[in-house]
Amino acid sequence: MHGYGRTTASLLFLAGLVVMLYALFQALPFGAAPMQVGQEIVSRAPGETGAANIVTAILLGYRGFDTLGEVTILFVAATAAGLILSGAGAGDLPKAPGGFILKAAADLLFPFLVVLGAYIILHGHLTPGGGFQGGAIMAAAFFIPLLASPTSPLNHSTAALVEGFAGTAFIVIGLASLMWGEAFLTPFLGKGTLGDLFSAGSLPLLYLAIGLKVGSELAGLMARIVEVGGKS
Amino acid sequence: MSPDALLVAEYLGRALYGGAILLIAIGIYAMVARYNLMRVLLGLALVESGVNLFLVAIGFRPEAAAPIIVGGVTDVPMVDPLPQALVLTAIVIGVGVLALAAALLIRVKETYGTLDTREVAKFLAAEPADAAPAAGTAVAGTPARETVNAGSAS
Repeated sequence: MHGYGRTTASLLFLAGLVVMLYALFQALPFGAAPMQVGQEIVSRAPGETGAANIVTAILLGYRGFDTLGEVTILFVAATAAGLILSGAGAGDLPKAPGGFILKAAADLLFPFLVVLGAYIILHGHLTPGGGFQGGAIMAAAFFIPLLASPTSPLNHSTAALVEGFAGTAFIVIGLASLMWGEAFLTPFLGKGTLGDLFSAGSLPLLYLAIGLKVGSELAGLMARIVEVGGKS
Repeated sequence: MSPDALLVAEYLGRALYGGAILLIAIGIYAMVARYNLMRVLLGLALVESGVNLFLVAIGFRPEAAAPIIVGGVTDVPMVDPLPQALVLTAIVIGVGVLALAAALLIRVKETYGTLDTREVAKFLAAEPADAAPAAGTAVAGTPARETVNAGSAS
């Protein structure tokens, strides 16, 4: 039975891996890891960026260029998935519409999800959350109606338009800080009062761009998978 | 720092590190020992979750608050915000990887009619190399395509 050999080998490999990870984690004292950068950032970020949420300050203020790369990776993945799925699902099956409860709940949930997503995006520099999290909620708002009534598909060209504008806005904001005489994507427009909605300069604008981009991208991606999944 | 807080931190540390190891182990097991590609993908997602859990856990500080300044008070101890920012990036990229892999799995299922790596390997071995599976054409008429049709008809 060749199947047993593979299972035995995997289990042995697993046991070794667990022992190795356990030994590594033993050497890392919990709650007192020898990392000083974080505490330095915590003490300096509020004065330097004006964002109350320090994770946002890191993500957009200190490593905004990395975030641009991250958004690009998501864009490439979504594009590649769309490319792979285009033309998939040759034999069409009629898609069954959702029941009354799903339809009513989708209509009811839609405005709340949009408002919640917008709130999380716009308060990304003050409270937990931000463009990625709020964008995912926005995508859910547009995705749930699609599950309820699959016959009215998502408007892909509108989603692509929003995505393109948001991506361009992110880069334009980055270029604008060059005009202020700073490096690419350096926060500008003043810091404001710590904790105010209109504070932290250009960081909320960047998060708004990310939120719209992630939202339209994820909604389009999930819509494509559903459109194919309903067929094959 | 009170002794209670230290004790809590110790147990929390064991639980979180143990949980991370467990998630990684389950994920690796699903990836190496299972034949269904969907389970391999779920294993990948589990490994990712385990690594993310570990990364967030190493930012823990006893009796520290979330790294968000509330009411202008800046001198409270806060957990390390750096791993959180890194994990946020990792989660987003993980979503991209999962979506791309799911799209590929849809095509594999469509082309070969199965997600079992053993069956797919059989088809790959049976096909001549130059007739690589251009989706929907190369394997038309083989048992795989018939399975697909039977599956969609029922």
